[in-house]
Amino acid sequence: MKKLLLGNEAIVQGALEAGVQFISTYPGTPASEIGDIFFELKNKELKHPANFYFEYSTNEKTALEAGIGASFSGLKTLVAMKDFGLNVCLDALGPFVYTGSKGPTVIIVADDPGCHSSAQWEENTRAISYLTHIPTLEPSDPQECKDFVKFGFKLSEKFKIPVLIRTTTRVAHQIQTVNCQKTSAYRQTEKSKNKLLKGKFIKNPHQFVTLPPRVLEMKKELLEKIEKIKNFSEKSRINFINQKFESRKAGIITSGTSYLYVRENLKELNLNLPVLKLGFFYPLPEKKIKNFIKNLNKVLIVEELEPFLEKEIKILAKETNSNLKIFGKNLLSETGELKPEDISRALAKFNGKKINIIQPKIPNFPKRKPIFCPGCPYWSVFEAVKQAVNSKKIIFGGDIGCYMLGGLPPYNMQDYLLCMSSSIGIAHGIEKATNKQKVIAFIGDSTFFHSGIPALINTVFNKSNPLIILMNNQTTAMTGLQPHPGAPAKPDGIKIENIIRACGVKHLEIIDPTKDFKKMVATVKKFLIKNEVSVIIARHPCARIK
Amino acid sequence: MRQNKINKNFNIIIAGTGGQGLITAGRILAKAIFLEKKEIKMSELHGLSQRGGSVVIHLRMGKNIYSPLINRGETDLILVLEKREVFPSLYFASKSKGTIFLINDCLVPSPSLPNFNPSNDKIKKIINGFSKKIIFIPASKIMKEKLGKEIVSSIFLISFASFKNLIPVKPKSILKAIKESIPKKYLDINVKAFNLAEKVSF
Repeated sequence: MKKLLLGNEAIVQGALEAGVQFISTYPGTPASEIGDIFFELKNKELKHPANFYFEYSTNEKTALEAGIGASFSGLKTLVAMKDFGLNVCLDALGPFVYTGSKGPTVIIVADDPGCHSSAQWEENTRAISYLTHIPTLEPSDPQECKDFVKFGFKLSEKFKIPVLIRTTTRVAHQIQTVNCQKTSAYRQTEKSKNKLLKGKFIKNPHQFVTLPPRVLEMKKELLEKIEKIKNFSEKSRINFINQKFESRKAGIITSGTSYLYVRENLKELNLNLPVLKLGFFYPLPEKKIKNFIKNLNKVLIVEELEPFLEKEIKILAKETNSNLKIFGKNLLSETGELKPEDISRALAKFNGKKINIIQPKIPNFPKRKPIFCPGCPYWSVFEAVKQAVNSKKIIFGGDIGCYMLGGLPPYNMQDYLLCMSSSIGIAHGIEKATNKQKVIAFIGDSTFFHSGIPALINTVFNKSNPLIILMNNQTTAMTGLQPHPGAPAKPDGIKIENIIRACGVKHLEIIDPTKDFKKMVATVKKFLIKNEVSVIIARHPCARIK
Repeated sequence: MRQNKINKNFNIIIAGTGGQGLITAGRILAKAIFLEKKEIKMSELHGLSQRGGSVVIHLRMGKNIYSPLINRGETDLILVLEKREVFPSLYFASKSKGTIFLINDCLVPSPSLPNFNPSNDKIKKIINGFSKKIIFIPASKIMKEKLGKEIVSSIFLISFASFKNLIPVKPKSILKAIKESIPKKYLDINVKAFNLAEKVSF
């Protein structure tokens, strides 16, 4: 059966084919659709509910911890997040690789070379594979997304270790025809109704408790496991050479989407070179690589961002072919997404071919920048703040969400922007350091639930007085309207104002900035002169909620 | 010798601003190509840029297609949903490739482009160096007048491109893709946009 699938849809397809039982995630571009599809599958056809468990967790760490709990209880588990999310859950990930999984566990992480939507830094998550020793696979296209998820579950099951699958924007948001198998029945029937989620936690502190001296034993066991996985990787077909290459003197080693650009451009340039395509990033099939490079005169390593493969291959070449000329980042940029024409140029240079591409100069033109949607309540929030304060004197703390567009025209109100919930954390530091400069920190509701609460408590505990404007649009808007603990406003939803009061905040107002604009302006003025932290909840639903 | 010509690959860019229905149009086109059992690769962008920023979608069809992105200057048809979005797409166009521009003659206001309003003649003059043929069509205006909604102009434009043989995709495949993909609630207006594309002449 063939289906036209987005990379993220193919990941879901693979997980369903593998019979996934437990899925947790926090939304983040370019990984968001994975959770969204499970959420939709879970919530439609209520007559025959899906027999997997799905949740949007409050953040990536709670998502991974939920997944660890499910794995320890024996369930087949998938956890998905964007690149920065994996940093948030690193605290849990390290020890989890030590304990290993019980139910097979696959973690999806999506990087964004070129910072299309993960704009705060250009993360190369492959470094985390080294740090934690988590086996890591890199698919190139939707077909591999599906296949690698299934393979990942098998690998996890065989070696009792969580497996990381690293995609990038161009993999996650690439559409292609995918060969699919039947998904194992994920809808409940009358028969299967009561047999669901039969996970069971069986006490085993030997495996699940990471404490010295056992923890160092665990590390030893992990490293032994990695050696075994390395042998497995040597034989695996996900590391392959595209043709016979015995007589060739030049070759290419690549992975991820770079592989696609290499194949496309070899065809375009009429070059016939062997390509070693690596599906495993960690551990690398060292023998296979050595075998590939041992008779070559030169090799081109094509990889996006930092040259991790290149460094590894330089070491391997020293042992096996010390005369090998290694090309890589001397021909390709370490910054930004690789474009197919970058690889075309690198391939031509690598082969001593001249390509004369004469393109007319593209004229300079003004760039269209993103902006709040028509009807977005944030227009009123930023307009009110603009009217209330002297923008030159006040420092504006930005955070992660649509409201970061407040830093662009027409408002230009953003003096720093780093990561989830840092608007509050950094505001506190600035006020403590300067003793008189005043910060207004903007933060969204989903972001506040993600990691803003500890930062707010810190302003109370350590006594600083920023004004926090909590953009309460009752959804996770930027990533596609996912629910969060305070939304949708169900009777059992958590009331954000109760949390803020409980944190010890004395100055709190809830204002609909679109209806009560004057009060919004007046309250900003009033709160700015308070000696303690103050919070305005700017409450109005996102214009995209239908 | 360009392998490209032998394999008859066809490269399409859809350029516009977030909120104009680019992804929907791209997916309908992709589905139509899928229904014709041709190889297809498409690359979308999601997230922040969708909030009224410039968005470019790559769509490739034919045989032995690997890359989801089009090489610089290698596009056959560039479909532009807002006329100033011609400029970010120039990178992918070239005279040697014979790029055709199909441009929706409309403006979507943006505070970041307050004084940038080039005339159609000026746009033509600039992109002449990158193009074999330039077609302006007031798709948004037509949709507003006939159907009351500008958002379907993206569906109108891909249908128009198919009816006028600007893309190697059959109109009936596009109609089938529309029927299989668009939610019931919006199906009628999208089918009407498709039908109007056949009748309009330019």
